[in-house]
Amino acid sequence: MSFVGWLQIAALCLAVLAVIKPLGLYMARVFSGERTILSPVLMPAEKALYRLAGVDDQREQGWLAYALAMLAFSIASFVVLYAILRLQAVLPLNPQGFGDVAPDLAFNTAVSFLTNTNWQNYAGETTMSQFSQMAGLTVQNFLSAATGIAIAMAVTRAFMRSRAKTLGNFWVDLTRATLYVLLPLSIVVALVFVAMGLPQTLTSSVTATTLEGGSQVIALGPVASQEAIKQIGTNGGGFFNVNAAHPFENPSALSNLLNIFAMLSVSAALVYSFGQMVGERRQGWAFVATIAILLIAGVGVIYWAEAHGNPILTALGIDPSAGNMEGKEVRFGQSASALYAAVTTGLSDGGVNAMHGSLTGLGGLVPMFLIQLGEVLPGGVGSGLYGLIVFAILAVFVAGLMVGRTPEFLGKKIDGREMKFAMLAVLILPVAILGFTAVSAMLPAAVASIGTPGPHGLSEILYAYSSAAGNNGSAFGGLSGNTPWYNTTLAIAMLLGRFAYVIPVLAIAGSIAAKVRAPASSGTFPTHGPLFVGLLIGVILILGGLQFFPALALGPIVEHFAMLAGQSF
Amino acid sequence: MLAQIRPALVLMALFTLLVGLAYPLAITGVAGLAFPGAASGSLIERDGKVVGSALIGQSFASDRYFWPRPSATGPDPYNADASSGSNLGPTSAKLRDGVAANIAKLRASGVTGSVPADAAMASGSGLDPDISPEFAHAQSARIAAARGLSEKDVSDLITNAQEGRLMGFIGEPRVNVLKLNLALDKLQG
Repeated sequence: MSFVGWLQIAALCLAVLAVIKPLGLYMARVFSGERTILSPVLMPAEKALYRLAGVDDQREQGWLAYALAMLAFSIASFVVLYAILRLQAVLPLNPQGFGDVAPDLAFNTAVSFLTNTNWQNYAGETTMSQFSQMAGLTVQNFLSAATGIAIAMAVTRAFMRSRAKTLGNFWVDLTRATLYVLLPLSIVVALVFVAMGLPQTLTSSVTATTLEGGSQVIALGPVASQEAIKQIGTNGGGFFNVNAAHPFENPSALSNLLNIFAMLSVSAALVYSFGQMVGERRQGWAFVATIAILLIAGVGVIYWAEAHGNPILTALGIDPSAGNMEGKEVRFGQSASALYAAVTTGLSDGGVNAMHGSLTGLGGLVPMFLIQLGEVLPGGVGSGLYGLIVFAILAVFVAGLMVGRTPEFLGKKIDGREMKFAMLAVLILPVAILGFTAVSAMLPAAVASIGTPGPHGLSEILYAYSSAAGNNGSAFGGLSGNTPWYNTTLAIAMLLGRFAYVIPVLAIAGSIAAKVRAPASSGTFPTHGPLFVGLLIGVILILGGLQFFPALALGPIVEHFAMLAGQSF
Repeated sequence: MLAQIRPALVLMALFTLLVGLAYPLAITGVAGLAFPGAASGSLIERDGKVVGSALIGQSFASDRYFWPRPSATGPDPYNADASSGSNLGPTSAKLRDGVAANIAKLRASGVTGSVPADAAMASGSGLDPDISPEFAHAQSARIAAARGLSEKDVSDLITNAQEGRLMGFIGEPRVNVLKLNLALDKLQG
């Protein structure tokens, strides 16, 4: 670890901190239906969309109608994307002449993109036509993110209102998230990306004659436009197989910082929007503090573990001063790789700029653990915010038990119904992750996909299901996931992680909205001070993380000690 | 649920046109006009022929050129049509044996002392265009001998080609292998 490396990390954190308030205020205006500086341009387009779609933007929905609209849209997304992938060969813009995507892979990919997971069991440059990349995958990058934001806004309104029956209109929230937030930001970031060196062309490849006289086919495409929304929408599905480690997705240390900045800002700013909209800005900052503490601790552990290098290789004669360079790029080094790895998993982005499967034992444990916490640091756009709110509800309940008072959060009493739904949501992650991992570890066909045997093999499987259920999308890439077993079960884990989480959350929102919003009294436990931040961190670590410890002990922790002892498998 | 079908299908179709086609095509148009070089892949030409991209590493095996990092792409290293890392875990025997073989190859080419990490470990993309300055300097004696240059000439070339940290703290010091080898060819006319 070096001072310069930490300076780079600090610079990024400060840049994000600076943008949280303005962007958060802007989004609060957008989702309160107020005018913004983009309204003159976008309002006519917005109204036209509603007219064509038959949406009455003044009519709000209760939690069930909101959830049904969200489900209907997700099903439509699935059908369209699955069809595009299955019919790829006959669709236009397919200069490489790729065939149709296989049924199980198309199923996995369609589910992966509509749930905002963007797990890649395919290699972009050798599987997907440009039409599939643009009209299929890029569209879901926008819409799955917009869906997440919409749900977060519905939950936010539940705390703003008193005795309310409705949470907003899903179609309006979806449209506004796309038009006012994701699209303008993507246009700006995409153009800056091109200026930094990301290609943006409809040419699929160029053949170069190398200096030694060989020939090198260089894959190209509309990379910048997809990279921009991939980060802003915390999707993480790369244009290329190796994602943002590829020099065309991430050509320099500066583009790397912009990648991280783009994925972090919207999610972090939404947390501020929440505070602004519920009239308690300090609540937003309390969440930001919680996120910052856990995330920076995560960066620190990865950076420390990776900078020490791999003692097995040091013994062979490698200079350990540059750290573990397997799977990492020279232009990023240890500091920028550690920062990316922690942010992409604290969020539900899932893009990578270094191969997580080649991280050291402890360096690889952190990204996996951050995903298992439920990706609330600050999570995927939207999904992170409602994840944090669920943990906050659990935290005030725990506090209420300790002092013997009825728990309340932002003036709303938390009763048995909310607690049951909150636990239902929180428990879906361990059920999906540990359940599928346990079955896979017993199935010979599933074990055969492992890349590195020994404890790392268990880590590969555990990481895969954590990533799928957490809707993250990054991988310990040694696992050959493109098999019918993994394509199917990972897709099921993704669906559980998205919908079996979102529906209880919307049910909580429905019952919270119906309650009276009581003013704070002297007996109210304040939820914006350091005491609450500490409690929330404890609840996230214990309720979110503890159940994974036995599995983590058998995977990355055993691997760490094996590595120190010089043992290979 | 039935009432939701029309907005679901219509919005899906309209957003596909807007963000799936209009957005990437508009960016492609603007990028091609404003940044034609970058938008088409930062290609490098020599004598009117494309010799590679400034951003993409390429394979060098001859003693006359600087070698890049090991690459895990298949079937050949530096296949820019199929990026890939090794994805081997830290306790992988295959990783250990591969790194040992890379070190042996460097030793045979005259590298002594401890080996820079990037010289023997594969990059994440398999297309890393850069090497560390330490790895570049470790190769200068071999290249000087193969080309009949003085070691100082080669060493100066590396120092000139070396890129530092942006504003002193963003990124890592590095040398672009393709640009360095082009400079090497140019030095000898």
